[in-house]
Amino acid sequence: MALIELKHVVGGYGGAPILNGVDMAIDQSDIGVIVGPNGAGKSTTLKAIFGLLKVTGGTIEFDGEDVANSLPDKLVPKGLSFVPQEKNVFTSMSVEENLEMGAFTRRDNFAETMEWVYEMFPVLAEKRRQPAGELSGGQRQMVAMGRALMSKPRLLMLDEPSAGLSPRYVIEIFETIVRVNAEGVGILMVEQNARQALAFASKGFVLAGGQNRFTGTGAELIADPEVAKSFLGG
Amino acid sequence: MTEFIFFLNQVVISGAVLGCIYALGAVGITLIFGILRFAHFAHSELMTSGAFFAFLLAGLFASWGIVTPIPTGFVVLPLAMALTALLALGIDKGFYAPLRKRGAKPVILLIASIGVTLMVQGLIRLFFGAGSYSFFENESKEIFRIDTSFLGSTRPLVMTEPQVLMIVVTIISVLALHLFLTRSRLGKAMRAMADNADLAQVSGINTALVVRVTWIVAGALACMAGTMLALDVTLKPDLAFNIIIPIFAAAIVGGLGQAYGAIAGGLLIGFAESLAVFNWTMVLRPLNGVLPDWLQLPNTLALVPTEYKLTVAFVILVVVLLVRPTGIFKGASS
Repeated sequence: MALIELKHVVGGYGGAPILNGVDMAIDQSDIGVIVGPNGAGKSTTLKAIFGLLKVTGGTIEFDGEDVANSLPDKLVPKGLSFVPQEKNVFTSMSVEENLEMGAFTRRDNFAETMEWVYEMFPVLAEKRRQPAGELSGGQRQMVAMGRALMSKPRLLMLDEPSAGLSPRYVIEIFETIVRVNAEGVGILMVEQNARQALAFASKGFVLAGGQNRFTGTGAELIADPEVAKSFLGG
Repeated sequence: MTEFIFFLNQVVISGAVLGCIYALGAVGITLIFGILRFAHFAHSELMTSGAFFAFLLAGLFASWGIVTPIPTGFVVLPLAMALTALLALGIDKGFYAPLRKRGAKPVILLIASIGVTLMVQGLIRLFFGAGSYSFFENESKEIFRIDTSFLGSTRPLVMTEPQVLMIVVTIISVLALHLFLTRSRLGKAMRAMADNADLAQVSGINTALVVRVTWIVAGALACMAGTMLALDVTLKPDLAFNIIIPIFAAAIVGGLGQAYGAIAGGLLIGFAESLAVFNWTMVLRPLNGVLPDWLQLPNTLALVPTEYKLTVAFVILVVVLLVRPTGIFKGASS
């Protein structure tokens, strides 16, 4: 059984649905990458899983339990975590306080997890007292990921983690994602740098019009001439 | 030297007292704005209700024959603060929460809070009438006169016991608030939610809990401010309603959403108001001997007459907003 399984999910912000039947299954060992044109419902899929919009049809099961329309304060303790694309750090709070907020739902000692995050992002350890708003874009993305990892998630969802970053940081963030996955955290991410991301994806999903168009391993999707032509820019 | 002591009495002490009251009121307004994004006009009524709770409790204590070494108003303060916090939670649950649930805009909540103001004030008048009450009907207000003759002054430094306690209590609460916001899990969650409510929700922070904690803190501090004001002057149904404008000015001047800004803004406006109504003739009178006859000082030489004290807050507000639109501490711009 997959860690998270979406079956024919339909949903939107009220009005016409944006998702018209999305299917997806991710294991804890997987890196799942969602690609597709603008308005395909990529980010919406992540938000639907995280209870940020109304799911009106289909099922979302996390670890065998129906979690459709659950709110984040219930989902985070179950092992789900989400890094939004924008405004994903508390700018007025220090790096360390940002990480602490990620551990809000935990009542146990999270010092070890914080050490783990600092090991993963040594630059954050140096700037732990600095307000997150003073950091560069790439460093902020690290704070955002670190914050999401503080709850010790089993599935980490990222909405365009490489958006707006310089090529050097894009590679660094992707490498970190692979490393986080190797430490036993399932990944489900939306990515604009589709070809680059599918290269390390164990599962790839091409969405269009709120529906799955192609599903396969990352390598399969890159190799598929139709996917390459229509969605990966030839 | 006599003049300097007069200045201390009239400006520094009364300014500090006024500043403390403004600061404690403004902190609540700024915290509520940070979390719920609306201007809580009815904050004045939390202050007044808090003072009436303290007054009732003090009366209860007196009827039981309990004599306290410091004014009873201060002894019953923690209890009155708890009651006011409950009242604040009740008002939120009864009026603001249903509106928020329907996605009401901040301006709707502002209007609702004006309605709450009128309702609470009406209720108080229903039970207590429109007259004024004093905490010191059964006990005496101790007045400290510090002899300053060793400095060559003929006037003593005058402070009442409530004023001294008021300043001490304010300092303690500001320190406690600082520790709460920077050290405790819930305090940090409050700052997180004020910073970025969506991300706070995504992080799994129980935002409904944070809202409740905000009302508890704001209600308790409002009660403290209202009770201290009533102890310094007299208790009446429009006690805090009359000073809600300078309190709002303090919150905005400090930068909306910034707790430290509200404290700074409160003190600034408190001192500015006492400085503006200060009669400079008292200090400058010795100059009369040097000045030519046609330039003698008038009997009163104040920047603004006492009745127009309220304008001072507005002048500061307008100047600060022109020079630094987000307030001294860079708060929310809306």
